[in-house]
Amino acid sequence: MREMLKLFIAVVVFSCLSGGVLAAIQNVTRERIEYQQLKFVKGPTIKNIMEGCSNDPLIDRLKIVDEAKEMNLFVGEFEGKRNTVAFETFGKGFGGELGVIVGVNLENDEIIGVAVTTHSETPGVGSRAKTDPDFATQFKGLSILDPFKIKTDGGQIDALSGATISSRGVCGAVVEAGEIYKRLKPTIIEKVKEKQG
Amino acid sequence: MAKTAVQEFTKGLWAEIPPFRLVLGLCPILAVTKTVENGIGMGIATTFVLICSNILISLLRNIIPKKVRIACFIVVIATFVTVVELVMQAFAYPLFLKLGIFIPLIVVNCIVLGRAEAFAAKNGVVASLADGLGIGLGYTLSLTALAIVREVLGNGTFYDIPVFGPTFEPFAFMVQAPGAFVCLGLMLCIMNMLGKK
Repeated sequence: MREMLKLFIAVVVFSCLSGGVLAAIQNVTRERIEYQQLKFVKGPTIKNIMEGCSNDPLIDRLKIVDEAKEMNLFVGEFEGKRNTVAFETFGKGFGGELGVIVGVNLENDEIIGVAVTTHSETPGVGSRAKTDPDFATQFKGLSILDPFKIKTDGGQIDALSGATISSRGVCGAVVEAGEIYKRLKPTIIEKVKEKQG
Repeated sequence: MAKTAVQEFTKGLWAEIPPFRLVLGLCPILAVTKTVENGIGMGIATTFVLICSNILISLLRNIIPKKVRIACFIVVIATFVTVVELVMQAFAYPLFLKLGIFIPLIVVNCIVLGRAEAFAAKNGVVASLADGLGIGLGYTLSLTALAIVREVLGNGTFYDIPVFGPTFEPFAFMVQAPGAFVCLGLMLCIMNMLGKK
């Protein structure tokens, strides 16, 4: 019995020490890992939307809690003014969740760019939502507060032929982005000012 | 002591080179040697784990109770593997994405546990360090050698730099799984022929 206890304690002590060491390392690397993940997964898309900005939107990001969910908002600087923000929302596509990053100008609520990030749409059909630049540019210059719909549903967006559901999914994500934007705009402006000042 | 440490080191490079002489660690060697970069990355990660676990286990060999030694070894190894995983995510994210599941799987790599059980648990710290370094380097060399053959023939590149002219038709078989088996088999055969003399 005594020996059992000794063995038991040995393993427990070992595991505790190992857990402690790992927690410490995880703590140190967490920030960097998060940045790396953003840089390699969403970074290229964000750079694309924020073409011509003079800062690194990945570093100048805001964390805002929206309805108990923490969101990353990427702030872009144009002509010396931090007036653009980009963030990711999700819509329902044909093959599941469809992630879309929307960039908005804070001064006039205009969309500066829309791009699909993660999706599981049919390759070559729904996946064109990501690869076909003509589709995404339709959103450019429109107000984010507009109700976006594809033409079949009485809206203003030309759907990708053969990929109505994927197109609807992108519109849904942009509409969702509009809702979030409406809710968060005051907070965003306040936080951007705080950072700049 | 100094002389034996050198011997422990060099045996890992030839006499006991892991995949060819001990025929251990074959799962990662088949899976990650598609490109030289992956091969070297995997080799370095494994070497780091080997050295650290060898040193620590050798230091603790009189404290760890015999009956639960395997459990304790695995805790030590798993800790170092997780450290590697976190550090790689923080500093070499693209490589982490390519190696993916094979980084956590270093835990169950027979070489690491094998060296802990067969060597570090019975020898001093210096000898264990030399052993870990030698076996690790031997493993890295083997991975690199196999990766060079496969990448150069299968992809026409070396470390992503094209080695043949544009007219070269890549021997795609080499970068697929069967190519790995054939290539490894031929290398084993050559090693055995050289060893017979």
